Amino acid sequence: MSTATGRTAGLVDRLYATFDSPRRQMLLMVAIVVVMAVLPLVMGRYATTIMTNALLYVVLALGLNIVVGYAGLLDLGYAAFFAVGAYSIGILTVQFDWNFWLAIPPALVAACLAGVIIGGPTLRLRSDYLAIVTLGFGEIVRFSARNLEITGRASGLSNIPEPSFFGYVINSYVDFYYVFLLLAVMAVIASHRLYHSRLGRAWLYVRHDEDAAEAMGINRVRVKLAAYVTGSVFGAIGGIFFSVNLGAISPESFSFEQSVLILMAVILGGMGKIPGVILGAFIIILGPELLRELGELRLLLFAVVMLLIMLLRPSGIWPERRH
Amino acid sequence: MLLNLEQVTLRFAGNTVLDKVNFGVEANTLASLIGPNGAGKTSLFNSITGFYRPQEGRIEFDGERVLRRKPHKVTQLGIARTFQNVRLFREMSVMENVMAGMHCRTRAGAFGAVLRTPGQRAEERYIAEVAHDCMRFVGVDEYADRLATNLAYGYQRLVEIARALATQPRLILLDEPAAGLNATEKAALIELIRRIRDERGIAVLLIEHDMGLVMQVSERINVLDYGRIIADGNAEEIKNNPRVIEAYLGQEDEEMVL
Amino acid sequence: MPAFETFLQAIVNGLVLGSFYALIALGYTMIFGVIKLLNFAHGDVYMVGAFVGFGVLSLISGVVGAGWFGLGIAILVSMIAVGCLGVIIQRVAYQPMLSAPRLSILITALAVSLVLQNSALSLTDGKYTAFRTDLGFGGFEFGRLFISHQAVVLVAIAGLLMIALELFVSRTMYGRAMRAVSIDKDMCRLLGINVSRVVAITFLIGSGLAAAAGTMAGAYYGSIWYFMGFLIGLKAFTAAVIGGIGSITGAMLGGLILGLLESFGTLVPFIGSEWKDVFTFSILILVLVFKPTGLLGKSEVERM
Repeated sequence: MSTATGRTAGLVDRLYATFDSPRRQMLLMVAIVVVMAVLPLVMGRYATTIMTNALLYVVLALGLNIVVGYAGLLDLGYAAFFAVGAYSIGILTVQFDWNFWLAIPPALVAACLAGVIIGGPTLRLRSDYLAIVTLGFGEIVRFSARNLEITGRASGLSNIPEPSFFGYVINSYVDFYYVFLLLAVMAVIASHRLYHSRLGRAWLYVRHDEDAAEAMGINRVRVKLAAYVTGSVFGAIGGIFFSVNLGAISPESFSFEQSVLILMAVILGGMGKIPGVILGAFIIILGPELLRELGELRLLLFAVVMLLIMLLRPSGIWPERRH
Repeated sequence: MLLNLEQVTLRFAGNTVLDKVNFGVEANTLASLIGPNGAGKTSLFNSITGFYRPQEGRIEFDGERVLRRKPHKVTQLGIARTFQNVRLFREMSVMENVMAGMHCRTRAGAFGAVLRTPGQRAEERYIAEVAHDCMRFVGVDEYADRLATNLAYGYQRLVEIARALATQPRLILLDEPAAGLNATEKAALIELIRRIRDERGIAVLLIEHDMGLVMQVSERINVLDYGRIIADGNAEEIKNNPRVIEAYLGQEDEEMVL
Repeated sequence: MPAFETFLQAIVNGLVLGSFYALIALGYTMIFGVIKLLNFAHGDVYMVGAFVGFGVLSLISGVVGAGWFGLGIAILVSMIAVGCLGVIIQRVAYQPMLSAPRLSILITALAVSLVLQNSALSLTDGKYTAFRTDLGFGGFEFGRLFISHQAVVLVAIAGLLMIALELFVSRTMYGRAMRAVSIDKDMCRLLGINVSRVVAITFLIGSGLAAAAGTMAGAYYGSIWYFMGFLIGLKAFTAAVIGGIGSITGAMLGGLILGLLESFGTLVPFIGSEWKDVFTFSILILVLVFKPTGLLGKSEVERM
């Protein structure tokens, strides 16, 4: 690493070091949430919609972070879980006229099933194969969505009804901004609690050294499946609210490119670190907005940045330090 | 007999690594497994703990079949181990490493974690308690928050033992625990091994090349050569056993301090 | 209903498809053999090969025409140029990551793939580019069975390349070194083999073969696209797995088998051409779960 990058990295490290204590981090979180809560009052419709999108990606990226960052399973088909959540709601509300809130539990059950079905075959595979198999599953889900009647084929499902909450209809862009803000906060809290729990530690042990973890009595099959299922639930929750926000969903939103975008959010910010992942999510959504003039070059730019990060600083933007 | 092996045979791609091995470890005793390099000692450990699957034989632990069981199940039944080349979770703290042992003795899952139920919180406190207890027992409690890779080698070995102890075993398998330790550390290790049996009632089976340590610590010594048990008995008997001496004669790198 | 001719047609189509899969699968398997990495970017190397071939042919078609001769030169140049690209990628992106955690090198490979894809995307604006040739559409007709000249020549070229590779691996020093490195890299270093150079040569050949496949596919199917490497990359990987990853004969066999399976799969009414990709992926998953070593691969015994 050249001294220039070394020096910038040093500065970045010191900046992050001021937020090392848990108390400071929580205060920062609260401050950010307060600011975010006030934003729609000053931002226009367009900006608010962008931010809502960013908050969606925070949820998705935190979910993938559990699979990739905590458990070390390189899932390249994460969009499948996103799709399961969205299409479950779409199918139940549009094809079968279910109430949105009643449709959520089945959607979550479907997500858990998807986690087991997709995760199951990968359990004994080495990481290269795991990546490709999960990618294959992602494609299978997308193809199925595109070719089945019940998912509306290529045109997808539309006229997904807006949910109402005790009489209040959630339909404006501001409403959904606050919904996703709430979801993002819940996702952060859940991720944090999982990390500092028996299961979270188990993921880290299995990621570090599977065999040693087994020798310590940890059932790696169960632990890995738990990672997939938990990640799937996060993804499905994102999908559930995504479907009612947009009112219409189509297979294009659940392609490999989507999976890659979510993965980029996790990597850019620093795998495994919650604040980093949040930062990554904002970067991949806000970045293209700020770089509009570049058009398609934006994607190339992101890819190049990702490559550079892997080569120069494999731990992402966030410093790799634990107490 | 706490651990009992009968006619255990392990074959790998044409090689017979373990050949009709019979031996046992009594509860609450200190036993050793010695033999020239390549005799099959670590393979035997791996077979007991479920990483290798012997084609023939029986392995029973306290009446329960252990042969060809999944490793995590074997640990749950009460057999813990350390590794020849220390396999700590390198980027995690000492405390976190030791807490790993408690995983199989606790139950909280995703729900408990996310909702922070009282049960889950009580369990976390319990895990921390046991971890500190094990770290204190081996003498690494003051390093609880240090990153495992930053510890001196000797301390890393101790952490591995603490981690194994945290699984609350009835038998602990130590694979060359003295390798790379200096004389002071070895003496401390002997102390520790005795205390594991005396204070915790845990049986110990060790693989070791340091004969001095083996002779001092073991109540029973089993000798493995080319996958076969060629002798077993106490220190006196093994020292004078001609077959044992013959098996070692070809080895120049053994510390045969008899 | 002349079912027999449909059957034969499916075999012909399967062989053509299989040849492409085999050429690309060879790259996957060889690279995996020497550095134990599934080169995620390999499918995109195929795509770059197609574009380079197209570019070369466009440049020279004024002089030598866009017939077989011109295409031949395009293939050759593409193989060399993209082969070198493969070596550059290996040196720049993979070599520095060999001691990093597994996850990092996989993501790096993904990043390389994305860089290649998005570069092509930017250059073509995401549109299909027509790859026109003067190869003619003649062929052999047996009743309703039609075997185009193009198909015959392409399969022949692929076959020749594979034979050449087989000879290289079994007869030459570097070929043998490649096999040795895939068995035990550290031992090779101790024996004085320049592992670094062997790896470079492996990438050169693997990428070159993919480039040949790309150029030929571009000519055969008539159009190229920035995303064409993605799907075919996955399928070629499936082929390599079926044959047994690490085995060169396995890659050739796997490619052919997959090509035939897919070709016959489109005949089955339930699967048709919409679901054939799902069909292929399902095969991949089934093989990896039930017989990960494929047909000819060696099983890895894990020693602790």
